[in-house]
Amino acid sequence: MTVSSSSPRGDMLMMLGMIVAIVFGPIILAPFGAGYPDLMQKFAIYGIFAIGFNILFGLTGYLSFGHAAFLGVGSYSAVWMFKLLSMNVIPALILAILISGLFALVIGFITLRRSGIYFAILTLAFAQMSYNLAYSVLTPITNGETGLQLLLDDPRILDAPLASGDLPLANLFGLQMNSTYETSFLGMTLYFNAGYYLCGVILLVAFYFAMRIFRSPLGMMLKAIKSNQNRLNYTGVNTRPYTLTAFVISGIYAGLAGGLLACTDPLAGAERMQWTASGEVVLMTILGGAGTLLGPIIGAGAIKYFENIFSAFNESELNAVFSFLPDGLREAVVSVASTFVGEGWQLTLGVLFMLIVIFLPGGLLEGVRRILSLFNRPPGGGMEERSARVKSAA
Amino acid sequence: MDAILLQILNGLDKSSAYAMIALGLTLIFGTLGVVNFAHGALFMLGAFCAVTVHRLLSLDIVTLSATEKTAWGTPMEIRTPYAEAWFGDFGTWLIDWSVPVSILVAIPFMLLFGVLMERGLIRHFYKRPHAEQILVTFGLAIVLQEIIKSWFGANPIPQPAPEALRGMIDFGAAIGLEAGNVVYPAWRFIYFLFAMGVIGIVFAFLRYTTFGMVVRAGMADRETVGLLGINIDRRFTITFGAAAAIAGLAGVMYTPILSPDYHLGMDFLVLSFVVVVVGGMGSLPGAVAAGFLLGILQSFASMNEVKSLLPGIDQIIIYLVAVVILLTRPRGLMGRKGVMET
Amino acid sequence: MGILNVSSINMHFGGLQALNNVNLDVRQGTVHAIIGPNGAGKSTLLNCFVGRLTPDTGVVDFDGISLIGLKPHEINQAGVSRVFQTPEIFGDLSLLENVMIPAFAKRDGSYRQNLWAPLRGESKIRERAMAALADVKMADKAGMIANTLSRGDKRRLELAMGLVQEPKLLLLDEPTAGMARADTNATIALLKEISATGLTMVIIEHDMHVVFSLAERITVLAQGTVIAEDEPAKIKGHPKVQEAYLGGTHS
Repeated sequence: MTVSSSSPRGDMLMMLGMIVAIVFGPIILAPFGAGYPDLMQKFAIYGIFAIGFNILFGLTGYLSFGHAAFLGVGSYSAVWMFKLLSMNVIPALILAILISGLFALVIGFITLRRSGIYFAILTLAFAQMSYNLAYSVLTPITNGETGLQLLLDDPRILDAPLASGDLPLANLFGLQMNSTYETSFLGMTLYFNAGYYLCGVILLVAFYFAMRIFRSPLGMMLKAIKSNQNRLNYTGVNTRPYTLTAFVISGIYAGLAGGLLACTDPLAGAERMQWTASGEVVLMTILGGAGTLLGPIIGAGAIKYFENIFSAFNESELNAVFSFLPDGLREAVVSVASTFVGEGWQLTLGVLFMLIVIFLPGGLLEGVRRILSLFNRPPGGGMEERSARVKSAA
Repeated sequence: MDAILLQILNGLDKSSAYAMIALGLTLIFGTLGVVNFAHGALFMLGAFCAVTVHRLLSLDIVTLSATEKTAWGTPMEIRTPYAEAWFGDFGTWLIDWSVPVSILVAIPFMLLFGVLMERGLIRHFYKRPHAEQILVTFGLAIVLQEIIKSWFGANPIPQPAPEALRGMIDFGAAIGLEAGNVVYPAWRFIYFLFAMGVIGIVFAFLRYTTFGMVVRAGMADRETVGLLGINIDRRFTITFGAAAAIAGLAGVMYTPILSPDYHLGMDFLVLSFVVVVVGGMGSLPGAVAAGFLLGILQSFASMNEVKSLLPGIDQIIIYLVAVVILLTRPRGLMGRKGVMET
Repeated sequence: MGILNVSSINMHFGGLQALNNVNLDVRQGTVHAIIGPNGAGKSTLLNCFVGRLTPDTGVVDFDGISLIGLKPHEINQAGVSRVFQTPEIFGDLSLLENVMIPAFAKRDGSYRQNLWAPLRGESKIRERAMAALADVKMADKAGMIANTLSRGDKRRLELAMGLVQEPKLLLLDEPTAGMARADTNATIALLKEISATGLTMVIIEHDMHVVFSLAERITVLAQGTVIAEDEPAKIKGHPKVQEAYLGGTHS
């Protein structure tokens, strides 16, 4: 996808599509069994995380294996804001952005001195340091293994004191994040949840911002870095500031996602910073299509959706699914299948990871494009003939 | 003096494992040009070879005792491992020595696994970008560890060292210091000797055989060796298999030190990569040296005196050293110019 | 005093003396060719101009500033553009983008973020890029992806990337290597047009046909030493040059 192939009209349509998808999310997702608040919030939050990661990896080609550190930092910052200042999400998100941006600036400044595998290892090293420190010395800030939680006697200097027995809840000027309007539609229960819409609106803003970057001179420079950094140097461009800009922006996206995780569930733990979590966002981006605008959101959605489906399955459900098979065969099938679901979801994830990288390194969007081009441009030069037929049929 | 010696000794076992894993990683980098994120998983597979062998050897026959009764009045069950039933004392010995005996199983198994992995997967990634190599092997690592988890469960499975080797060695007394101050588990020392042996064999092999010469030439300049008409494909396969076997052996022998569980590989992988990078991509002596350097540094950093001075240093020392070295010496301690720089 | 002044450059790799006390004086507005047998040190010399190599000793002055120790991007900002021997382009971007990038680099100095303004709004840059593509007769291919071009076309694209920066000095490393005769002649014609605008060029070239069609002044290198520097007509009959080329063919 090149800059020249983008058109203002196409971008506008993409934006409108996003708005419709987010507004009607609860209705669209309900038939897939994914229309409940918790999962929809995750779609939006990890969508933001992946969009941000894509600005670094998709555009510049710098593979960071430590982005979960920024997610964790964002979560801790937000929870601290909840504890000290107010349960309103705005200050929490602002602090999450500031701190993660600062953190990304420092780490990016150091790690971007190297590229390729060295960069990957350096980012990994910083993320592991953050993770290890969060578990040990930084316990006063992170509350170690228990994770940082809200307490009834936190100061919360801006908020009115709680009625006794109340638990503090994150809110947006009084609108509580867990408030949900439930309704029934065609026999399905629809949930319109405040937290989801907050995440959705921020996803929309994040997407719009990413689109502007993709279509800007900065975006073109970043793509040029991925394409041929050496040439860019000889073209008179000092690439370091550009990569650092991309790094900080993607760090801020991750911090924002971390802050939102804390808004929907006011808790922050160090496991969010583990390198497997960094690996997950890499997978989301690759799965959807690195370097594309929509890919990372699709990837994040797909992974969270299948995680939800697969990890919920258990053996008795599998038995029900395969009940049409004869007994002996059914047991065999179920015992194989059960290693892939429930606790075994990670196994499915790993297999998926490999399949995508092996057969579809361009991601799902690339796959869609290939399928489309099969129809539009059959090999062997029959293009005109074919399109003529399509036209006459239409 | 005693304290320093003790810390060095304490660092040795981990160092040895780092060095062996890093050696294989570097061998793969240098010859095949592939970044293998599944190498930690190979270490873990080796460890589970030991678990499997131990389990197989301890399979038992249940017979009912004619004389003894349980509290419920039923005949007492007597469990006799098949190994003992068939081989008598030799069987008992086999079970006791199951960890070293596993080596005999692990070598062919890991070689075969490595060969299949190279033929089936890695081969198709020689020409792909490093990012994709990292990702596909990362995926494979997840798959391997999850399979192990579903077969062996999530909990660590302790593996005993042979009874004769479970004791302590009094190093202090051996070198003339006060007895009892520097004592060290015998098995850990054996692990260190084992690692030295493996590393020594690898280096000797590379130095004194034609095969080794080709591999070294390939590490220096892959394209030229390819042009010389040497069948490097087969050598690549064997090199990969050998690297897998080294990782596997490191894993087998490590089981009495640390009870293996499914994420053992991941834990070691990250550190081993740091070791490789610190040592210098593509440098075998660098990998070994960095393995020992970092392992022993880590051991020193976890001394209480150091920790009270610099809280948390034990948690991050390896990464910190890696960052400093990478920023001051871009190619690591002994790296060559031009390896993996783009 | 020329625009590029090179004096007493020495450079060695290990035991090999690659450049031995090389002097060069390129005058404003001329086409200056550097020729010599394989391994004479031509490319090494060029690499010393663009910051890829740093000579052991010597001076490289360009338009009043010293290029020694500057980073590649700083040298480019000083007004030196380079066309590479093997095409160095942004393969997965379009031709237009390939030329827009150096145009931006020129306008923005080394760094300016433009993350909000849409690229399509940059009509001036776009026009300049299109003009440069038109100069190398590739305007009709502006939307193509650069990797799909033939090798000859890639080199022309590179030329456009150099030209769009309106450099004070254009360095060309074997601009016709690997080209078919017809392409070579087209390139010569193109370079002649460009040099008519008054742009200073330094060309490294093997092909004597190209050299004698274009150069106004020629420096001959052999084994790292300048053995002659003169006008083309005089170089042709120079005994040392003939010796270097004839004597050098068997090695």
